[in-house]
Amino acid sequence: MLGRIKTLIVKELLALLRDKKSRFVLIVPPLVQLFVFSFAATLEVNNQSLAILNQDHGRPAAVLAARFAAAGTFSEILHLSRPEQIAPLIDRQQAIAVLWIPTDFSANLAAGRPAQVSFIADGRKTNAAQIVQGYAQRIVNQYRVEHAPGGGPPAVQLAVRNWFNPNLEFRWYTVPSLVCILTTLIGVLVTALSVAREREMGTFDQLLVSPLHPLEILAGKALPALLVAVAEGSFMILAATFLLQVPFNGSLLLLYAGMVVFLAAVIGVGLFISSLSMTQQQAILGTFVFIVPAVILSGFATPIENMPDWLQLVTYANPLRYFMVVVKGVFLKDVSAAVVWSQTWPMAIIAAGTLGSATWLFRRRME
Amino acid sequence: MSPRLRRLKALMAKEFVQILRDPSSLLIAFVLPLILLFLFGFGVSLDARNLPLGVVVEGSGQGAWSLARAFAASPYFAVVEARDVRRLQPQLLAGRLRGLVVIPADFDRRLERGAPPNLQIIADGSETNTANYVQNYAQGVVGSWQARQGLERGRAGEGGALLVPRVWFNPQLDSRDSLVPGAIAIIMAIIGTLLTALVVAREWERGTMEALLATPVGILELIAGKLLPYFVLGLAAMLGSVAVSVLLFGIPFRGSLLALLATSAAFLLAALGQGLLISTVTKNQFVASQVAVITGFLPAFLLSGFIFEIASMPLPIRALTHIIAARYLVSNLQTLFLTGDVWPLLLPNILVLLLIAAVLFLVTAKKTVKRLR
Repeated sequence: MLGRIKTLIVKELLALLRDKKSRFVLIVPPLVQLFVFSFAATLEVNNQSLAILNQDHGRPAAVLAARFAAAGTFSEILHLSRPEQIAPLIDRQQAIAVLWIPTDFSANLAAGRPAQVSFIADGRKTNAAQIVQGYAQRIVNQYRVEHAPGGGPPAVQLAVRNWFNPNLEFRWYTVPSLVCILTTLIGVLVTALSVAREREMGTFDQLLVSPLHPLEILAGKALPALLVAVAEGSFMILAATFLLQVPFNGSLLLLYAGMVVFLAAVIGVGLFISSLSMTQQQAILGTFVFIVPAVILSGFATPIENMPDWLQLVTYANPLRYFMVVVKGVFLKDVSAAVVWSQTWPMAIIAAGTLGSATWLFRRRME
Repeated sequence: MSPRLRRLKALMAKEFVQILRDPSSLLIAFVLPLILLFLFGFGVSLDARNLPLGVVVEGSGQGAWSLARAFAASPYFAVVEARDVRRLQPQLLAGRLRGLVVIPADFDRRLERGAPPNLQIIADGSETNTANYVQNYAQGVVGSWQARQGLERGRAGEGGALLVPRVWFNPQLDSRDSLVPGAIAIIMAIIGTLLTALVVAREWERGTMEALLATPVGILELIAGKLLPYFVLGLAAMLGSVAVSVLLFGIPFRGSLLALLATSAAFLLAALGQGLLISTVTKNQFVASQVAVITGFLPAFLLSGFIFEIASMPLPIRALTHIIAARYLVSNLQTLFLTGDVWPLLLPNILVLLLIAAVLFLVTAKKTVKRLR
């Protein structure tokens, strides 16, 4: 029986790697994506344009405007002369925000009245608007404290530290996350296509009339995908550590333990899609219908804590959610086996569920 | 009816039958968009609320407790309090807390003496994004706590500079309002590029493309017959998605239907051209799907400016985004939904999309002609 499965595995690997083009797409694109997207996926806000409309000729207004111009977030400062210029500028997205210092700013300040300045941000880019607004608030607060009449209360001295990633390098976050996403993509797609390709080409019937047991066929489809995905994953971990310089602080053994259980879960999904699909197109599109929500619900682009409770419940069924914690934890936090285990047993349960239902469906569709 | 038109009609009828017969194209054109819209409309959000934060109060003075209460009252944080930092550290390590605020034992002593008290904010840098928010919000809480303290002690007057922040188009800064238009762009990229790449690659893989080429159908008719049905499918999906966003999620749509149709048509031409080129070059469904994912779907997700700000990317990647069609679609959709018909912004984007489409079709035509020789 083991010999038969081995033969199937060899056949499956050959089918996947023999073709030059498919060999190419298995190896090159994931690496290119790892490089390009790890630099792209940042929620930092930099290189923004700010417009300043200073209608006050007093010195305090000039000082405040200069504070904004010196802030690192803004790489370009546009100077406006009339309020009518604000709307077209924001509409056309030529600046993320406009600082508007009205004519009476210096006079109000001198008289001890509240001296208002307006800060108008472009709400189309909610994330950038929110962060830029935070910066503006901090600049004005700082200015207020320094220029408060009679000196305010002593300022609290803040020591801000970021553990595990002291300079908040986004790459350290995105690279491990992308390793997870790309491994998932390979694992599901390779499995989903394996049965569908044979069905479309008519070779599946030949497999069925061979002495192979359905379970052997399933194992013969699942194991090559596991091998390919683990190899890809290793490749990407190497690239992440040595080329992209993401620190690898934890245990490689724990990472692989998590990866194998995770891949078992997603390969189960791949087999399930494969058993349902009659054509490769269906298999590919089915993969998409799984991957896209899985990535969105993994906490990669938007944190899981922000989701409503009912949706957070749904994420517990998403294996990618746990794998992200394992990979990021091993890379950056050097997490203990206990933490990895707390994320691995739910994946094991999901794996049992997906592999079990794939087997059930596969046998049913064969009878 | 001219024979040309009749042939075109026959080809389109064939394609429509194929779409309707295969549940997977309908799945991708209608079910996945609904799932995506649903997730972005109701679920996913960049607006941090209830970030799990540990607050360590080492002392027992008035000031320390009132600051801790200020953190607990903030809508941004769900606070876990402790007296000893060692109790909360393991939770930060396990990812159950996103940050720690340590109010040291001498906080009140220093405050009473008029010396600046110390405060430590620790964020979990492995969640880099969230760490940024934790820092920002924590500093905000401390800032307003301090302002209140100042007022209570009567040391600061009402005067001083005051920022009046205003956000246009989306006053509540609801991230949903800008994420849903982005989600529609992703849907369009999937339908336009992936689906076309797959269906044309299938014809090549099965050898039916050669059969079609051997008929009196011209190459232009063939391309038109292949693409028009997906163009129609894409437009239908766009209108459906906009309707769902407006009616179900209550997202405002301030632009005109004309501008929406012009933008969608220009984008679909570019996306379909891309799918066609991919399938002509690869002629294999597996390879075509991979290339479509890498050049169509993932850039629409990551390089379009829908979640990740293009301006913040390094220069080479910023340059790369200029050839990503989804970038122009996201910009136009966000403007159409939230601002209105800003033609000076919309029109250049539409023209670039048309240019991208023209280049893609030219390259495809060249490749196909070469093959036939």
